[in-house]
Amino acid sequence: MDLLNAIVALANFVILPGISYGSQLALGALGVTLIYGILRFSNFAHGDTMAFGAMATILMTWWLQSLGVSLDPLPTALLALPVGIAATALLVLGTDKLVYKFYREQKAAPVILVIVSMGVMFVLNGLVRFIIGVDDQRFADGARFVISARDFKEITGLREGLAIKSTTVLTVVVAVIVVALLFWFLNKTRTGKSMRAFSDNEDLALLSGINPERVVMITWIIVAALATIAGTLYGLDKSFKPFTYFQLLLPIFAAAIVGGLGNPVGAIAGGFVIAFSEVTITYAWKKVAGYVFPSWEPDGLIQLLSTDYKFAVSFAILIVVLLFRPTGLFRGKSL
Amino acid sequence: MSSPYLIGDAMTGGYGRGGPDILHNCTIAVNEGEIAVIVGPNGAGKSTAMKAVFGMLNLRKGAVRIGGEDITHLSPQDRVAKGMAFVPQTSNIFTTMTVEENLEMGAFLRRDDISGTMEQIYTLFPILKDKRRQAAGELSGGQRQQVAVGRALMTQPKVLMLDEPTAGVSPIVMDELFDRIIEVARTGISILMVEQNARQALEIADRGYVLVQGSNAYTDSGAALLADPDVRRSFLGG
Repeated sequence: MDLLNAIVALANFVILPGISYGSQLALGALGVTLIYGILRFSNFAHGDTMAFGAMATILMTWWLQSLGVSLDPLPTALLALPVGIAATALLVLGTDKLVYKFYREQKAAPVILVIVSMGVMFVLNGLVRFIIGVDDQRFADGARFVISARDFKEITGLREGLAIKSTTVLTVVVAVIVVALLFWFLNKTRTGKSMRAFSDNEDLALLSGINPERVVMITWIIVAALATIAGTLYGLDKSFKPFTYFQLLLPIFAAAIVGGLGNPVGAIAGGFVIAFSEVTITYAWKKVAGYVFPSWEPDGLIQLLSTDYKFAVSFAILIVVLLFRPTGLFRGKSL
Repeated sequence: MSSPYLIGDAMTGGYGRGGPDILHNCTIAVNEGEIAVIVGPNGAGKSTAMKAVFGMLNLRKGAVRIGGEDITHLSPQDRVAKGMAFVPQTSNIFTTMTVEENLEMGAFLRRDDISGTMEQIYTLFPILKDKRRQAAGELSGGQRQQVAVGRALMTQPKVLMLDEPTAGVSPIVMDELFDRIIEVARTGISILMVEQNARQALEIADRGYVLVQGSNAYTDSGAALLADPDVRRSFLGG
């Protein structure tokens, strides 16, 4: 019975949060990795693209809520998502035309594009705060739990409760659908294959008659969709605050690099590696340990690092991977 | 030679704008269904001459014509649409994609049914059919060259241009590749290639060009060049 309680506590505090955070990071890292594979630079503006996408979705959600539209028990934000994606796609395509295209035509070195993307990041940063403000915004509605901790305890008679948040389920379901669609697109369609060919060998792709500007445009649209979905899911699951999206940049890049930059499978694996490392290292294991070893009474909380240091975990993993396997777990491009 | 199918006529030029000239009044031509080979010492401008024909550098003088049509100012991509196909010496396959996807990408510009052409390529290179679902980067050097040639053939070109197709493959594989190239020429496709292995290449060539310092040094049929004592002494090692 105690072992069962330990498992439930672990699932409630580590596994479920890890899965939903991992899915969000994976979606973010997919966007970063696609840009890296096709436009060949690290897009530092990606976190703020996610913030912009989430913001556009939130504004649309509020408008729908004011009209009394509801998807109950699902959050209204799902209805607003296509509008958010469209707005973000327009934004990134505009940025590409206005900024990145100039440097692409100059054949600028990737490091210059990285710095350019930082400039774009600061502009987006300001834009989002200017429009929606710097504070926390609530836009989640619909059912909060699939099963609440109390219900779970009553049903099972265990001392530990397992709360399954509806946003967790939603995150996982949406992430699975999006990833399946993306891989179907990349592996089965003519356009998707031409994107992979362009990423693999740009010169040969040109010789084969693949139009680079079309590939770049489609990449931006897909990245806008991924960023908006990731940003909205993260906002629904936690809360929306522009600054947290800026901070998300680090774990997202860590995920993309750990998995192997330019490799979509790697981005997903990297997302979960980073998420689970963060959650397990900052989790206070005292409760689980108490069930497994009833006679042991530890002094502290058995927490390796305070949650304030969670970004240090991404940093540490990033450094270890760059030192020992610079191409990442799934053989991406070396930095 | 009566008017050839593809000709780079009296080409002069080099890489980039204002760079030094590498080619000097150099002429390269190939007739329909024939094999033309460019040989010469290192740094003679063999690959450069081929790239000039394909539009990868700016010509200051001279012209490139295909089937009588002047294509001097077309980009390489537009020349692909005119029936030219180019197999670069290195990075000539999509390593992360399967053999079949490589062939599909070769036919990217085509909107019609490509399965017939793909079947022809599998007949020409049977090993590729067995490995169609494997990533091209996992294949051996000779097999990769077959993928590269196959990819180029997917556009159903009139002229196939090969930049040192046998670089880095074993002698046995080299012989096999030359056999395949002859087979391709028999289907009516003109072949223009640059080769390091001058002797073997001239043996299969209808026409040979010996370049020295970006100019035509000797031009004749492959057999005549092989028999020429000057060419033998200077370029074929006696």
